Amino acid sequence: MDKNCISPDERSEKFLSKLQTRDIDVQACYQCGRCSSGCPIGDFFDLNVMEVVRLAAYGQEERLLHSHAIWLCAACETCATRCPNEIEIAGLMDVLRELALRKGIKPAEPRIPLFHQSFLGSVGRWGKAYEIGMIANYKVKSGDLMGDMKLGLNMFLKGKLKLVPHSIENKTEIKDIFSGKGKEYDR
Amino acid sequence: MKLSYYPGCSLEGTALDYDQSVREICGKLDVELVDIPDWNCCGASSAHMTDHEIGMRLPIRNLLLAADANLDILVPCAACFQRLKAADKALREDPLRWDVDTRKYAPAYEIIHISTFLARPEILAAIKEKVAHKLDELAIACYYGCLSLRNPRVTDSPNCEMPETLEQILAAIGAKPVSWSHRTECCSGSLTMARPDIAEKLVGDIVTAAKRAGASAMVTDCPMCQANVESRQSPQPSAGGSEEGLPVFFATELIAAALSGSYPTKQQKLHLISPGVLSKVMGDVSISKEGSA
Repeated sequence: MDKNCISPDERSEKFLSKLQTRDIDVQACYQCGRCSSGCPIGDFFDLNVMEVVRLAAYGQEERLLHSHAIWLCAACETCATRCPNEIEIAGLMDVLRELALRKGIKPAEPRIPLFHQSFLGSVGRWGKAYEIGMIANYKVKSGDLMGDMKLGLNMFLKGKLKLVPHSIENKTEIKDIFSGKGKEYDR
Repeated sequence: MKLSYYPGCSLEGTALDYDQSVREICGKLDVELVDIPDWNCCGASSAHMTDHEIGMRLPIRNLLLAADANLDILVPCAACFQRLKAADKALREDPLRWDVDTRKYAPAYEIIHISTFLARPEILAAIKEKVAHKLDELAIACYYGCLSLRNPRVTDSPNCEMPETLEQILAAIGAKPVSWSHRTECCSGSLTMARPDIAEKLVGDIVTAAKRAGASAMVTDCPMCQANVESRQSPQPSAGGSEEGLPVFFATELIAAALSGSYPTKQQKLHLISPGVLSKVMGDVSISKEGSA
């Protein structure tokens, strides 16, 4: 059988019920294409947005979790805004990214989750984003040491990047959030 | 008038000047800002994109800190605004889901993005009255980007495809907003470090459209858009600024200039692209050349 053929017989029930708990009604999609035509980054996607929604409706989790599209989505919310059936498509992308990370699936766009993790690492540590720390961490992890060197230096010279992190007082509350508060009863 | 104020992380770093201009003009407009005590990062796009619980609980902590003051919350950053709105909706709908006592979360406050606030009729009237130097002839492209508008089920934006707040604010200080196509297009700020090639393409399209419409500068109310659109214009701006580049101003930066009648050199130097066009309008030709040196 053609590997592009999809069938709801091979659906992931767990994935579909996850979408239900988040009020993401992918079954409401009638493939009008407004999401795809408005997507600013669609030219770079491997699956276009309406394909992502249809694959989700068929429960084709694996195919989606390995895609470039879920990582290239910038969360601009144009798709969800224009969907005539108010499907939370950007929310669907959030669920897919989180699931891919939790399952340890090698991301098709490895630098993008590394950036998010570097950003969140600084927030988890200080309670606020610490730009230089975050950038340094991202550079080391991604191996992209030279990219934007001139830009970074320029920003630093203009005083836009601070050497010392701003820190909040009550870091315990932030640590609780990052140590899995709210996920205690997940399995 | 007294408001709670949530600056957000960008306004302590790459958009430090945004924060300064917000505080400056609020002072002049008799709006007292009370910083939310011990506020934390809202998680921005990175949190909600990869971890739902963290993405909600970070902004929720800020809302709980603001609940005591029970004042409307002014938010200059578009991303912070959207995250705080999302958290507020979730909390009002089901506080127990987020471990919040229902009796504790019944705030009367609203979360307001800066442009919505500044475009209120009474604030516009106050701005008009206090203008010391009109920005006549400054053809400007108002650029909203994404997160103060979308998704309207979260932001409550009344007009997310055709917003007008920035145009109204700019008209109040005498500038000439141009009619153009890319006002609410995404600049891909959340991808700019990991995929600069995509950011360059999107920013290139946006800047080209603004120039085509006759704009000599852009104005925004989002700190990520400001940094991304100035830094990803091609060719990459050098330390000396690029002549062909289009500077991107914060709306509050322009209001501060119009209300004070001056555009300090210190402020000009913070741009990656020469803001000479504003110095010229302000009548300060002598320092316009070294704008972004």
